[in-house]
Amino acid sequence: MSTLRVSVWRGQESGGYQEFEVPRLASQTVLDVVTFIQRELDPTLAYRYACRVGMCGSCAMTVNGRARWTCRTHVDNVAQGGQLEIAPLRNLPVVRDLVTDMTSFFDKWTGARGQFQGGATRKDDFARVAPGSPARQLADAGIECIGCGVCYSSCDVVAWNPAYLGPAALNRAWTLVNDVRDTGNRARLAAVAGDAGCHACHTHMSCSERCPKQLAPTASIAGLKRATALAALKGEI
Amino acid sequence: MNTRTQVLLWTAQRASAVVLALCVVVHLVTIIYAIRNGITAAEILGRTRGSYAWCGFYAIFVAAVAVHAPIGLRSVLAETFNWRGAGLDLTVLAMGLALALWGFRAVYAVFT
Repeated sequence: MSTLRVSVWRGQESGGYQEFEVPRLASQTVLDVVTFIQRELDPTLAYRYACRVGMCGSCAMTVNGRARWTCRTHVDNVAQGGQLEIAPLRNLPVVRDLVTDMTSFFDKWTGARGQFQGGATRKDDFARVAPGSPARQLADAGIECIGCGVCYSSCDVVAWNPAYLGPAALNRAWTLVNDVRDTGNRARLAAVAGDAGCHACHTHMSCSERCPKQLAPTASIAGLKRATALAALKGEI
Repeated sequence: MNTRTQVLLWTAQRASAVVLALCVVVHLVTIIYAIRNGITAAEILGRTRGSYAWCGFYAIFVAAVAVHAPIGLRSVLAETFNWRGAGLDLTVLAMGLALALWGFRAVYAVFT
């Protein structure tokens, strides 16, 4: 049976890579590799996962230098010369080994006013939103985000500007800007504008390139730039 | 600096980029056309002295540069040196004013 040579980050911000040999299996995912190490080789290895099927967004790690969702990443597609290097996500504090503290990531969703703010009561009829309407199509284009943090980890601007809200939070805000039921857009546009908001984005497009759901946060951010610039010119923010 | 001002600065930088794109094209085409048979200071001044059209064109060019460059530099300095706040804003404002001053002085010099 062939084996994989796997380097796994151990420790916190300071630490080092530990080498493991893992049996190579057919249709093996990177998450399978990490799970094998923890169950068979070193039970002290810390990592995070839940659904294993690309829905929960909890298993993202840096694999051979690139942020990926490990449960849907086949070793065949990423192992270079039978080697894997697995590290925690960039741009987030490391709790231990492969586990990052996602607090700042999700705090920024709150900062971008990523919560739906409705104006209807239980006495109102259901809102009727045509699926083919331009606004709904724009919202649908970004709505499938699973909050994995791959875009945030891949973003250079997050590394250079720690206050920057990041691609995922801004993408979420853009889906709400295009939700005709939402009533909080004036405050939302003010929250996502400026040096820490959408205007900090340099359109490197790493987020869109690496999003495992093939979303395009860059397009969402461009939409926010247009909407906030218009609001600023009108004096609404 | 408040959020609205930050957004307006971003808008001004994009708008000035559009103006610069046109100005640079006109400038390059003019250079290529003007040096067909060599170029002299007298030839340049012969074209620009007393020409309100060239004076206006280069005045717009200088204004676009003076708006565009400091706003971009503000982002570069903030991200490279983690320098933010009033000190940075005043520094790039001074740079913008200096660019405008030198630029308009040059335009005036070749007009008169």
